[in-house]
Amino acid sequence: MTALADTRPGGATAGSGGGRARPARPLRRVLGRHPLGLLLSAPYLVFVLVVFAYPLVFAGYMSFRDYFFAAPGVDVDRPFVGLENYRTLVADPAVRRSFVNVGIFLVINVPLTVVGSLVLAALLNRVVRLRTFLRVSYYLPYIAASVAVVAVWLFLFSGGGIVNRVLGPLAPDPTWLINSAWAMPSIALFVTWKQMGFYILLYLAALQNVPEELYESAATDGAGRFQQFLNVTVPGVRPATVLVLLLSTVTGANLFTEPYLLTGGGGPNGSSASPVLIMYQEGIEQGKPGYAAAIGIVLVLATLVIALLQNRFAGERDR
Amino acid sequence: MSRTATVLRGLVLGLGALVFLFPFYYMVIGSLQLAPDQSVAGAFPHPGNLTGANYAAIDSRISLFRGLVNSGIFTGGVVACTVVFAVLVGYALAVLQWRGRGATFALALLVQVVPFQLLIIPLYVLIARNYGLADNYLGMILPFAINSTAVIIFRQYFLQVPKELFEAARIDGAGEVGLLTRVALPLVRPALVTVVLLTFIGPWNEFLWPFLITKRADMQPLAVSLANYITNVAATAANPFGAAMAGAVVLAAPLVVLFVVFQRYFISTDLGSGVKG
Repeated sequence: MTALADTRPGGATAGSGGGRARPARPLRRVLGRHPLGLLLSAPYLVFVLVVFAYPLVFAGYMSFRDYFFAAPGVDVDRPFVGLENYRTLVADPAVRRSFVNVGIFLVINVPLTVVGSLVLAALLNRVVRLRTFLRVSYYLPYIAASVAVVAVWLFLFSGGGIVNRVLGPLAPDPTWLINSAWAMPSIALFVTWKQMGFYILLYLAALQNVPEELYESAATDGAGRFQQFLNVTVPGVRPATVLVLLLSTVTGANLFTEPYLLTGGGGPNGSSASPVLIMYQEGIEQGKPGYAAAIGIVLVLATLVIALLQNRFAGERDR
Repeated sequence: MSRTATVLRGLVLGLGALVFLFPFYYMVIGSLQLAPDQSVAGAFPHPGNLTGANYAAIDSRISLFRGLVNSGIFTGGVVACTVVFAVLVGYALAVLQWRGRGATFALALLVQVVPFQLLIIPLYVLIARNYGLADNYLGMILPFAINSTAVIIFRQYFLQVPKELFEAARIDGAGEVGLLTRVALPLVRPALVTVVLLTFIGPWNEFLWPFLITKRADMQPLAVSLANYITNVAATAANPFGAAMAGAVVLAAPLVVLFVVFQRYFISTDLGSGVKG
């Protein structure tokens, strides 16, 4: 009976915030003033354990084993192979190529994303008429399904497609998505276009925090529009830029749908294969999940290093 | 501001809008053309050349209705789980005092940075192989059922509700559950709409995960069956681009309509605070 009363917060003892300490009952002393909080959070915490923590540990475990699929409940020996999976992936030209591809992707996508979304957001921020229309236009690609917009890009950039008709002799041969030099840049352009609306919204939010007085004082000092943008806007939104860098890098590391669909499973000679695509092919199609898990771990470590470097580089001038 | 600057700004913004919108316009046009006209003139077709035949063609290869239903169940399940669990945790984190509150909040921040690509292989092994949840809605929903961004957005909103409101309701004898449902929730309705819209995008557009764990055509969300059509069937179809784009219109339209209608709730500041954590 007392235990029941204890778990019901908001009762007679909980309400007033008086200064005098009440004699705390045991359960409350252990769990805090509102033990209900733990109960409300329990489903979430269980999910985090089951869907994140356990698979995370499991990925590491698998990467050190010759793991293979077996029927559920069947006890099979999956031998410990140490760093064998890691040695194989370092020697695998397809894996190395996929990491180079992500590098190409990032070199094109990240600067375009940062500059493009910041410039469009800064211009949009000063617009009064048609503001809603423009904002909706910009985030339409972001909310539309990748698979759906891939269909129209295939149509736009096919051999006899409208893009090549407009470009005429300037069009690459063979066309964009089946050309080993252009496949990866085409994917980078597609993803830049697809995601930019989201980053424009982030920058629009950040621009609200740049004080108007800074622009006024810059203008008094004789700074033109462009100088104001460089000296007030760009430093003012630096925290957002760090976030955009991080998110676009993570997007690049997660790349799968676009190379799979746009370039028919990785393009000519794997020229647009991404590490996640290789993970899918090795882990699920070839039945080597241990190897795929090792690729995943290397990919995440590489992403982490890039993110830390970016953070250091972009955040430096704050101090 | 000078006149040239205004004109220049309008020009850049207008050109931007054209680049962002044209593929959508072209998607609709392409889905309605019986024979693909890829010339520049084809972007402005005359009404006589428009037909619904591509929609019939794609529907005969993949069931659009079944795909939409599966997408709906998958998305609905994710949105429902996210909202219910995130409201509970967000409320507990913002309003209640309990041991482990700080650790739970730290965990919610931490989980946001765990990249999904590290988890797909172990999750596939666990969910599809060990738990036998392949070709199963639960298996589809499970990895997305928690959403830490939503937890953080709700916490942020609940923190903004004045403490006195809760104290007053407690003195009036309201239980903690009543406080949550009758006092707190109605006050954070904008957060509710924002979270629903934000979580809707993910599962509706998600391709990789349902692609991995659904092999049966009648269980596949529309994004998966359309992708399979593009990679496998399209080459043999009479007007492959037309049919693929008809499917694309059906897949994209629900979200586009939803966002145009509710766009004022999709406010940049909410998004910013949610992602920043």
